[in-house]
Amino acid sequence: MEYFLSEQQKTIRNLVRKIAEERILPVRAELDEREEFPWEIMKALADSDIFRVFVPEEYEGLGGGCLDLCLVVEELSRVCSAVAVSYAAVDLGIIPLMQFGTEEQKRKYLPDVAAGKRLAAFAITESTAGSDASSIKTTAERVKGGYVLNGTKQFITNGGEAELYTVIAMTDKTRGARGASALLVEKGMSGFSFGKKEKKLGIRSSATRELVFQNCFVPEENIIGREGMGFLVAMKLFDKSRPGIGAQAVGLAQGALEAATDYARERVQFGHPIFSLQAVQHMLADMDIQTEAARALVYAAARTVDSGAKEVSEFSAMAKVFASDVAMKVTTDAVQILGGAGYMRDYPVEKMMRDAKITQIYEGTNQVLRNVIAGELRKRKARRD
Amino acid sequence: MNVIVCLKQVPGTTQVKINPQTNTLIRQGIENITNPFDTYALEEGVRLKERYGGKVTAITMGPPQADKMLREAISSGADEAILLSDAAFAGADTLATSYTLSRAITKIGTYDLVICGRQSIDGDTGQVAPELAETLAIPFVAYVSKIEEIDKGQIRVQRMVEEGYEVIEMPLPAVITVVKEINVPRLPSLRGLTKAKSAVIPLWGVQELGADKDRVGLAGSATKVTRIFFPQRVHHGEIFQGSPESQAESLINKLRESRLI
Repeated sequence: MEYFLSEQQKTIRNLVRKIAEERILPVRAELDEREEFPWEIMKALADSDIFRVFVPEEYEGLGGGCLDLCLVVEELSRVCSAVAVSYAAVDLGIIPLMQFGTEEQKRKYLPDVAAGKRLAAFAITESTAGSDASSIKTTAERVKGGYVLNGTKQFITNGGEAELYTVIAMTDKTRGARGASALLVEKGMSGFSFGKKEKKLGIRSSATRELVFQNCFVPEENIIGREGMGFLVAMKLFDKSRPGIGAQAVGLAQGALEAATDYARERVQFGHPIFSLQAVQHMLADMDIQTEAARALVYAAARTVDSGAKEVSEFSAMAKVFASDVAMKVTTDAVQILGGAGYMRDYPVEKMMRDAKITQIYEGTNQVLRNVIAGELRKRKARRD
Repeated sequence: MNVIVCLKQVPGTTQVKINPQTNTLIRQGIENITNPFDTYALEEGVRLKERYGGKVTAITMGPPQADKMLREAISSGADEAILLSDAAFAGADTLATSYTLSRAITKIGTYDLVICGRQSIDGDTGQVAPELAETLAIPFVAYVSKIEEIDKGQIRVQRMVEEGYEVIEMPLPAVITVVKEINVPRLPSLRGLTKAKSAVIPLWGVQELGADKDRVGLAGSATKVTRIFFPQRVHHGEIFQGSPESQAESLINKLRESRLI
């Protein structure tokens, strides 16, 4: 379909597709099997300026928006979703800095991120604070010249591999959600270490790890925005980043659709390729419809974010929910079409199905996001828009 | 460290057909690519620039369409590119080609190293680079698999040979050809692609090069292709029977008969 992409956006998409097919495709199964962080691929992405895409031009980026990021993530995810999320998590880690950071902070960190010299990550989740993010326990106690962090963050994407972490911690426990703040923590700061590396169902070559803070001193110039803005920072971040998860899901669905189509054209049963069976045709047609519909919604949500619209929570959530549900359905059906072969690790679709599940869970479970969407719907009704 | 990389456009397929009248490749409808061995040359040039500073200039002798390949070179790290194109260059053999390239390199003037791929995948001669060094009267090493060090106007390289490698040191400026083992060529970058789009690629012909007309193109070629043909496939293999000893004996006798041993 025609999405009216700019020349630059087409260039980005074509280059990332080339990188994905030439550098990622040959190693994706091995990366998955070994659960190894894809450093060589991160290096290739950096060499091709792909980390510059989402960084503003004044900090050595290319000034692309949410849609540009989505195009990169979709193309990476079409081949390997673990690589896609490792890339997207860098954007996640620096969106707070780009939205609320000071000039000095941006100058200090963004050029290195743009060059791919430092990866970034975002940390809010804890063992007792998942969907209920407001119950985080990590504290940032005000001391002379800065803050002292104590606590443990869980399930942090790029944990251990990233150099730069945006951490949400309580600066004032008595104020509940309004007592949280966002702090920039660098790998190597005293009192900052890494805990357990998770073993996962899917996106296995991406790193998911605990961050452990034991009396970790963070200088005051590393606070993002002001004290108490932590949850605002996080909510604004997710509004911008959720279309990216939608794009990850679209890429997964696209990859699975292509694999299933290729297989159905080659696999002969009852004397004909199984593509000639109407049962298979209808499954493939539905997969195609759903994937394209998800793509249209994700791109539209991303464009809405890029337009600078104030209220984007609802559309961002819609894009993430719809596309991730599609990815789960399409990848599952792809395994079904490949039959016994699809269940084996010799074919890529079982990995896609495993990878798809997380897109329904992270950056807001689809259930929590339906609450967000319903909440916005109710508000609109009350305002009679 | 100023590096000049010589590139060639070749047909992107092995299924080329030959025009029986002119004995040349039928290039219509076939996509051209950068000679794969030359991509390693370009990558090595870009790496040297990253290590020692300076710039990388990509040059090619070819038809105007070769402009596209030079832009690709810029998107993958070349700073500048020059296209050597003139109707008079047509039909050049390796001698005329190396002369033409040498004129361009002399015109560029300041350079430390010229890098070429080990050979082209269409002509397959591997002659242009050594002839180029000869014409420029500078040292040459073929089949370089690693550049160990460049220091004080000297370069030390590993040259791949069948049993391993030789280490050779020579003064700069020099010409080397590289093998594919030397590196993994990078993919284009977004900044490079933007730069490539707007890059101005000078076009140098006989006049700009101040070249001797009798030494370029068909006129300057010492060789002439009289006929190109696919050898007929003939199968008359013979299978010897009997014990291993008698089979060996029959083989030896056969080879002696054919004066092969």
